This record gives sequence, structure tokens and C-alpha cells, in this order.
Amino acid sequence: MTKLREIAHSRTGDKGNTSNISVIAYHEKHYPQLLEQVTPERVKAHFKGVVEGEVVRYELPNISALNFVMTGALGGGVTRSLALDAHGKSLSSALLDLEIENDLDL
Amino acid sequence: MRTIRIGSGAGYSGDRIEPAVELAEKGGIQYLVFECLGERTVALAQQARMKNPDGGYDPLLEERMRAVLPLCAAKGIKIVTNMGAANPLAAARKTAEIAKSLGLSSLRIAAVIGDDVLDACKDGDLPIMEFDGTIKQLGNRLLSANAYLGAGPMAEALEGGADVVITGRASDPALFLAPMIHAFGWAMDDWNLLGQGTVAGHLLECAGQITGGYFADPGFKDIPDLARLGFPIGEVSEDGSLVITKVEGSGGAVTAQTCKEQLLYEVHDPARYIQPDVVADFSQVKVEEIAKDRVRVSGGRGSKRTPTLKVSVGYVDSFIGEGQISYAGPGALARGKLALEIVRERLKLTGVAASELRFELIGVDSLHGAQLSAHANEPYEVRVRVAGRTENLSEAVRIGNEVETLYTNGPAAGGGASKSARDVVAVASVLLPRELAKPSIQFVGG
Repeated sequence: MTKLREIAHSRTGDKGNTSNISVIAYHEKHYPQLLEQVTPERVKAHFKGVVEGEVVRYELPNISALNFVMTGALGGGVTRSLALDAHGKSLSSALLDLEIENDLDL
Repeated sequence: MRTIRIGSGAGYSGDRIEPAVELAEKGGIQYLVFECLGERTVALAQQARMKNPDGGYDPLLEERMRAVLPLCAAKGIKIVTNMGAANPLAAARKTAEIAKSLGLSSLRIAAVIGDDVLDACKDGDLPIMEFDGTIKQLGNRLLSANAYLGAGPMAEALEGGADVVITGRASDPALFLAPMIHAFGWAMDDWNLLGQGTVAGHLLECAGQITGGYFADPGFKDIPDLARLGFPIGEVSEDGSLVITKVEGSGGAVTAQTCKEQLLYEVHDPARYIQPDVVADFSQVKVEEIAKDRVRVSGGRGSKRTPTLKVSVGYVDSFIGEGQISYAGPGALARGKLALEIVRERLKLTGVAASELRFELIGVDSLHGAQLSAHANEPYEVRVRVAGRTENLSEAVRIGNEVETLYTNGPAAGGGASKSARDVVAVASVLLPRELAKPSIQFVGG
């Protein structure tokens, strides 16, 4: 096993009570592993207790990237949240801690 | 083929100022854009305008304008900005006054007004998108309603000879799209060009976030010289082709990776990025490094704009009270946890009326919650944080007080307590039929 951080980078954005997290393969050869292993179900389970709503995944094969859109993720909305990180900017770092099966040529 | 260079001089209202000066000085740009208006900022600015009819624009307007106006005037660089916030006309007058004091009284300053659609929203009693309810149901908590205007009025102001265009609420990418429409005469129904122009605007709007800011991760993603981070330049051609770059010799880096991260920043469905002027499609975009700090971005497309404009509605939501205190050394974690338990019980015992509460330890679980932090090592120090939502300020004050009293009543060796209480101006959205927003342009000076 390895961490997602070894093969992908990531950035979080916010709109209202919705957070989006991009997951971008460093090398396009790892995009199939992202597709297979970083599923919306896994992402939702990873963020249990943080994300209250749905997790939807969009695929961008041209740039070897996935975009996860997570509703109910920002404490009621960036402008009213009680959270220290109201924007959820630090969430991408949590996602990069996801474990990935390591049959990869790193 | 004609090409323009657009510099991005600010990614938010408080952003660094000298990278914009560097862009004007050495960037070879014809346009300098400052994106300074956050989601909630316009509502706060509206409150400021209620107190002072000549206020309500960006607090750093004067400092930014003084820093860049002389260079921009000398080089013929046009400025486009949303620093007008809740009062673009007052911002334009202030800018004209600054220009005059710098001996630049021939500059033509244009204000784009008409994003304030409070009356139209009230008349229509529009439904709120984020929760059940309508504009009218917000009653006297309603502060402001500002429509995200498109690039049209700003392009028209440039067409009319404006050297500086100051708007209030407008879509961020539209600030960049306006110079493209003006320079190339793009048709307002050429959806593919407007879509690719939106890609450019979206990539540039957060300034340093595409040149290596919000990116570095030592050992994985290293970026040189972040203290001297250069801000980005978009080289856009008449046919929409785009290269992202930055001032030579500045800090940071423009790479395929920085461009990809920014492409998806704050995007939901990449095939439908809804803008006032177009529904942009980022799903087929390609990113290609063509030289050091030069990245070609192609493949943005678009489809017909929607019949509505998104409107940001500012309202007084609630009050938040907060308190913090730190513990360190052996047993810090246990003392921090005990402190949280004590405050939890005290808030109950003393009957503090909070509709929502958070009890957490900064350094342990404050950012990602209990599950994700479950296997972390014990930290040397922790900071207790308790925050709660209340209906009025006096209840909010009581939350911070219950943390502060831990000094003399709580676990051993608590230090550095702080507390705060504030009202929360929040933002919700409604969709307004676009014909109900009536933007116009007013020239000042020149």
C-alpha cells in the first residue's frame, strides 16, 4: 500500500456549503489507478463526519484528473460556519492520505 | 494574429501589492485586473455604505491605485477591477481624485453600476437556493442583493475610452473576459470563444494561485522563492489561444501542475461552469508546458448563457461566540480534553442558548474532525477551541467567557486565553431573470 500523495496532487475549492477537491495524477499512467481506486464511495467514507451530503465525481481524462464535489461539507456554508477552516481549504491534504494499492511503478 | 497580455494584480481584497507593481513595470501587459471582491465582502461593504454614503468600496483601493496608476498611465495599461464593491461610483470618484493628486487628471475612470438588484429581488420575492425560504422571509435581516454581472458593461466602458473600469459585483472571470471582448471584438454569442476566454479568466482570477501559491508541499511539490511570488500574465490571442506565464525573474513557477489545480479550483461540473455570459465547458481542456514558466491551455468551449443571473444575497444569519486556551508539555492532551468537558458542562449549567456548538483541540482534531485525526501522535501542545452559534451578541459573549474562566477554574497551566463574539453576515443566492438587472456606465474625470 502507498498513499495517494505519492501519485497525485490536489486542491480544494469552496462555494457555499459545497467543497470540491481535485485529484490530479502526476503522471498520466497513474490516471487509471485513480479512476479505479479513488471512487466517490471511498471518498465519502474517508470524510465521514465531515461531509454530510453526497460526493459526486467528475472525470477529466485530458488532464488525468478527477474532481470530487461534496455537498454539506462546510459547516452550513463558508460565510456562516463555526469551523476554524471555514473554507475547508485543508481538506485536500486529508484526501491525499488515502491508501492506494501499490502495484504501481512509482 | 493579435495578442494581448493581461496581468492579474490581486487574487483577493487583502492581497500583496508589489507583485501588481512588478506586473505593470516589467510584465509587458496592456491590461491589469484586480479581483478583490469575495462572496461576502459586498454585503459587508453595503453595511459600510449605510454608515457612510461615500464609503462601501474596497478599503485598499487608495493604496493599490497610488501604487500602480503612475506606471499604468505612463504605459497605457488599462485597469479593470471590482474594488467598487458596494459603491463603484464613489470608488471611481476617489480614483479620479487620486489620479489628479498624482498629476494624472486626464485619466478616464468609469464606474459600472447596476449590480445592486435588492429592489428587483424583493419585488419578485425570489426563492433562496441554499435553504427553504424567500427573500421576503429574511425580513429586516436582509442586507444586500448583488447580481453577478457579465463582461458586457466593462467591455463597453473600455470601448468608451476608459483607462480604469471599476465595477461592483461581477463574475470574476468576466473581469478578464471584458478586455478580450474589447480588444478582439468577440461576439457576445460566440459561445466557444467566450468559453475559452472564461478558462483564461478563471485561471488568472486568483493571481498567485496559478504561479505557485496555495501549491507548495515540500518534497513533493517544491516552488522557488514564494516570498517574491510573481503574479500571472495571460497571453490571449484573437482566436482564443492562451499561454499562462509570469514576469521573468519573479518568484514562483507556472507549470502544468499549477494550471491543472487552478483549472478545477471552485469548479463543480467542469462541463457546465455557469457564467453570466456563457456556460463554459472545461471538460476538454488541455494543458501543455511549452517553455519554462510558459503553459499553453487550450480546448475551452461553451454553450448558450442561461436566462438568469446569480445574485449574492447578504443577510444577518446569527452570532458566533468563541474562546481558546492552550496547554503544553506532558499531559497537555488530557488537560485539553478535560478543559473541553468542563466548558461543555458549564454551558449547560449556565443555560447558554446555542443552536450549534463545536468543541475541539487545535493541533489534534479542529480541521478534519475525530475520524481522520484518530491515529495521530500526541502533540506537545494543544489549543482548546470552543465555538457556538447564538441568536444574539450577549449569548455569544458568554461562550468565550466560559473558556476564559478556565484560567483560574480549569485544568493546570492553561495559558494564552482569547475570546471573541461577532455577528455573522452570511451569503445566500437567488436566480434573477437577467433582464431585471440593468447595468449602466458612468464616467468620472478625464
